[in-house]
Amino acid sequence: MSDPLSRRKLITGGLAAAAGLGGLGVAASLADRYGLIPPDHGGIYGIGETMTYAIQRLLVSRHTMAKEYTPSDISKVAPVKGEPPENETYRRLASGGFADWRLKVDGLVARPSFFSLAGLKQMPSERHIYHQACEEGWSFIAEWIGVPLWHVLDLVGVLPHAKYVVFFGFDTNFDALDKRLINGKWNSIDMSDAWHPQTLLAYGMNGQDALPPGHGAPLRVRVPRQLGGKSTKYLSWITLTDSVKEIGKGWGAGGVERGFSWYAGI
Amino acid sequence: MAQTAYAPGLAVRGTDALDLPRHSAVVRITHWITALTFIGLLISGIAILIAHPRLYWGATGAAGAPSLIDLPIRFMIGHSGWGRYLHFLCAWIAVLTGFVYVGSGVTSRHFRHDLLPAKPDLNLRTMGRIVWDEVRWKRPLEGEALTYNVLQRLAYLTVVFVLFPLIILTGLAMSPALASVVPALREGFGGQQSARTIHFFLSAGLVLFVCIHVAMVWLAGFTSRVRAMITGRIAAGKEVS
Repeated sequence: MSDPLSRRKLITGGLAAAAGLGGLGVAASLADRYGLIPPDHGGIYGIGETMTYAIQRLLVSRHTMAKEYTPSDISKVAPVKGEPPENETYRRLASGGFADWRLKVDGLVARPSFFSLAGLKQMPSERHIYHQACEEGWSFIAEWIGVPLWHVLDLVGVLPHAKYVVFFGFDTNFDALDKRLINGKWNSIDMSDAWHPQTLLAYGMNGQDALPPGHGAPLRVRVPRQLGGKSTKYLSWITLTDSVKEIGKGWGAGGVERGFSWYAGI
Repeated sequence: MAQTAYAPGLAVRGTDALDLPRHSAVVRITHWITALTFIGLLISGIAILIAHPRLYWGATGAAGAPSLIDLPIRFMIGHSGWGRYLHFLCAWIAVLTGFVYVGSGVTSRHFRHDLLPAKPDLNLRTMGRIVWDEVRWKRPLEGEALTYNVLQRLAYLTVVFVLFPLIILTGLAMSPALASVVPALREGFGGQQSARTIHFFLSAGLVLFVCIHVAMVWLAGFTSRVRAMITGRIAAGKEVS
């Protein structure tokens, strides 16, 4: 191989590498800007996770609908994962039929609010019969009755820079000393799923006006385009934020801290 | 390198100079990446499966609902978290590698020249003779080191153009997000649980292929065939091992 040729190759190679790196940088910043990077993007597994989330966010628009089934499709078996919260507050509220329960909605909203169960039931209610799969592999079809999340978000007035809706259940415990230490179930979804017409704050199931024990009474979210684990149960607090970095370990869900990926549209 | 073959005394067992090209660089690199990701996909797939080792048919299935097959494995939850992370990482690498392999196989005419069976070979007598030789654990002839027999061709084409595409599609059909974009994907396989069940049997088919593949490589001469898939060259006329 002659010298000038290899030098030319070296230069073109170097330019190509620089262009490639520059391209990667531009792609990364564009991906971040358009919300294509999940909170758990770190580490070697983060590469696959980011690919999945980014490609699905590009393919799955805000308007693609989960299949709606008919009442005859409703599964006879609707298994429950996990037990109702053990804490005293929850037990007291449950024994009073959740009459004293309030849902706090705050964060990046114009009008932080508290909602009672009766108040939520007076809002326009919807019934959806859709399929829910657990990431363990089992699945069932059920009817969910509730108010669309978008309706509640409209009431509180979401600020334009909000990027995530974070859900905390009654089984969430905050450490008194270290606020980064959160025990229990909490999760977050992006605005694409939050504004989705089928995303429901459900207070009833399968024709019943209340959620059965184990299915998340008094209120749970239902995110039909993701695995069941994203549909946080026993809700007490919803907050909107532009970043989940300051919540827990910053990975967007308690489940991620236990080894499960944040995005569950799989 | 080649000069040593001309040096008197050194050329006796001359290996490199008598080597013939066997596998292209693209085939070799994609082969080993696919092999590694397949191991990753298999391990992580098992980790996900053992969380609920039951198979169903239709849209739904759960403990307490009628199942198709109860695999004789204990329910073991707690491994599907890392299992899913690893499964998706390996799946992305495998799929992107597959695109490179198929793209190059079409443009380089690798599929047409090396894998498309010749019409006269497509008869039961030829195929039966090959199977009979293999069952008797009879080593293939030296001339066969440079080409594939009709059963190898059919097996590779089935893996590349049937099993892999179907296992990718049944995997995607389990995604609730993608099912909302392309409902036909999930419904075409008969529902989410059917897609999961088919995904399982396709992976069993791929495992069977890998077992036979490795056994045949062993029969033909493990060292020389693995060396050919690494260096791209195979010794002509003599067995290196």
